[in-house]
Amino acid sequence: MRKLMLGNEAIARGAYEAGVTVVSSYPGTPSTEITEAIAKYSEIYSEWAPNEKVAVEVAIGASIGGARAMSAMKHVGLNVAADPLFTCSYTGVNGGLVFVVADDPGMHSSQNEQDSRHYAKAAKILMLEPSDSQEAKDFTIKAYELSEKFDTPVIIRLSTRISHSQSLVEISDRQNVPLKEYQKDFQKYVMMPAMGRKRHVIVEERMKALQRYAENCELNKIEWGDRKIGIITSGIAYQYAKEALGDVSYLKLGMVYPLPEKLITEFVSQVDKAYIIEELDPVLEEHCKKLGCNVIGKDLLPITGELSTEIIKEKILGIKAENVLKPIENIPIRPPVMCPGCPHRGVYYVLKKLKIVVSGDIGCYTLGALPPLESMDTCVCMGASVSGALGMEKARGKEFGKKLVAVIGDSTFMHSGVTGLIDIVYNKGNSTVIILDNSITGMTGHQDNPTTGFTIKGEPTKQVDLVKLSQAIGVERVQIVDPFDLEKFEKVVKEEVEAEEPSVIISQRPCALLKHVKFDGPLTINQEKCTGCKMCMRLGCPAISNKEGKIEIDMTLCNGCGLCLKVCKFSAIEKAGDLNG
Amino acid sequence: MANTSIMIVGVGGQGTLLASRIIGNMAMTKGYDVKMSEVHGMAQRGGSVVTYVKYGDKVYSPIIPKGEADIILAFEQLEAYRWLPYLKKNGKLIMNTQKIDPMPVIIGQQNYPENIIEKIKNLNVDVIPIDALKFALQAGSVKTVNVVLIGLLAKYTDICKEDWMKAIEQTVPSKFLDVNKTAFALGYGL
Repeated sequence: MRKLMLGNEAIARGAYEAGVTVVSSYPGTPSTEITEAIAKYSEIYSEWAPNEKVAVEVAIGASIGGARAMSAMKHVGLNVAADPLFTCSYTGVNGGLVFVVADDPGMHSSQNEQDSRHYAKAAKILMLEPSDSQEAKDFTIKAYELSEKFDTPVIIRLSTRISHSQSLVEISDRQNVPLKEYQKDFQKYVMMPAMGRKRHVIVEERMKALQRYAENCELNKIEWGDRKIGIITSGIAYQYAKEALGDVSYLKLGMVYPLPEKLITEFVSQVDKAYIIEELDPVLEEHCKKLGCNVIGKDLLPITGELSTEIIKEKILGIKAENVLKPIENIPIRPPVMCPGCPHRGVYYVLKKLKIVVSGDIGCYTLGALPPLESMDTCVCMGASVSGALGMEKARGKEFGKKLVAVIGDSTFMHSGVTGLIDIVYNKGNSTVIILDNSITGMTGHQDNPTTGFTIKGEPTKQVDLVKLSQAIGVERVQIVDPFDLEKFEKVVKEEVEAEEPSVIISQRPCALLKHVKFDGPLTINQEKCTGCKMCMRLGCPAISNKEGKIEIDMTLCNGCGLCLKVCKFSAIEKAGDLNG
Repeated sequence: MANTSIMIVGVGGQGTLLASRIIGNMAMTKGYDVKMSEVHGMAQRGGSVVTYVKYGDKVYSPIIPKGEADIILAFEQLEAYRWLPYLKKNGKLIMNTQKIDPMPVIIGQQNYPENIIEKIKNLNVDVIPIDALKFALQAGSVKTVNVVLIGLLAKYTDICKEDWMKAIEQTVPSKFLDVNKTAFALGYGL
């Protein structure tokens, strides 16, 4: 049977068919749907871990315990998990162990566009790269075979256009893979210097064996066509190249680390001109050049952003798209915005009003950096808001600390904010940390986390108590405030930044998109009462707009959250009739 | 057959993803090779979103290059205008007349372009404007704007109505099926 599947769903299907029994991940675009899809298979234990390091460690433990295991993450998540990654390369596996990493060229939903292929080389781990959903499934199954055959973890590298594109996948049954026997083997699994030195030798031998395997495995294949042009490529870039260049010759690499040598040199020697088509860094190109091959890569094609059929056609064939229809004026951009009813809007309205420096973090609330709220000063990585605030305070002194807060989401706080808060208390900082507790992991599309009280399968579980946790760390000033109670929120922020000790403000209000969140229905503006003062527009609500001087609420967008009612001094905002009659 | 390339453009939250999945399921049932590219994550939050659907004998890239979309299904006027360079010279632009101000317009930094439909027509583009919101309300739910538009799109493909209906049944959750079928019929009947 064939099904249309996202690349991410196909990875999940591959894990299912390969007999995987343990999966642990932390959500992150564009990787999230892998683990969400896995959670639907009752045969597989799956979980959201607090962060990628924990997730990868759970998968390593499961593998040592004899199960086929997986952890999936976005590119920056692999940075968090890099510590266990490098050392599990030494221990090798018992049950097959696969890590899936989804890169985000073009940064559709990320803070950088790092190329995860460097990790394969640095950690000496086999890496595969599929170019559509069928390959995503097939390569996943293959990855488990290779993992067990070569006693190595395997990384599968995806990119946004593989993860989030749907294509047809042939479905098969699940293999019955019995749990492998667990045998204590401290020479293999206890990485102390004496054992590590021996394991490193084994890793280098494994790399040589994998190198030989790369030379004639089915994952790397040549498609001969016109030999005037030869293309070496992998992943989504292969699809762009096929569409742009048609019937030329291709060396398509499904295994991107380690790379073959003989296969590449022979291919290059049999074509007139060889091009390397790869997104982001010149990883394939540098390998080919090291082999002495005369290839053209980043001299021609961009190192930043995504590739496309158009870029390849233009750069390699010199063909530009002709007669493209064009708007006759500049079109306003449409950046993403906080949704109508978003609890974060109240927080930023107050922080902007108080002119506070905001050490920011990763999530929907990063959108508070954009106009009109424009009240986030920094955003580096998961958790950096809390520790970064302490750094600013230590650099600029106590008085600066009184104009400074850190904002961090509930899930991000669990991920890596807790350790920053411990640092603040332990090292006698005074920072104020606002935990934006919207009862869910928002930006990635509503995943449960340790603060929500539910598991990935929707089962009730223990809930981390943010108040008690903060108190246990040593924060004495902890309080919960509703960010839509603007007056109280403002008062609390003013008090806490003044306090010469650490504070935690838990800004508690659920994400407006959660199913159980119900508002009263759309509002409208009574034009007779409206003075056009535009106070409501400072909220940056996408439902409120200025139509030639007349302030209006779009009833199809407004959900009636009522925040604008609170800032209108003229009581001009009222409940509208029901849109659906 | 040559590949058919359809782009669905709109504002995050308007239901463009469901619309593209209906087209994808239709093409799969008809035995075509299909690829579609979606948007998840940050860009979904009220930003400009685009989904590509391509079907035919063999599809490589899931992305549609500039000047190669046979049809653009636009859920909003400004987005229709923004993505116009992707339309083929003799392509069709099906366009919901709804307007949603982007943030730079809301905060007064930029203006929402005037008379977009006229301007696009003046470029000799085959534009089919429709007040899909009106028909969605008529069908019984403001959330069926996407399926009204699919109904109108269906008219301009050589796929029969029954096959489209089947794709809707495959894609839409059963409790919303009736209202969506009504919405499709309204779009198809225009």
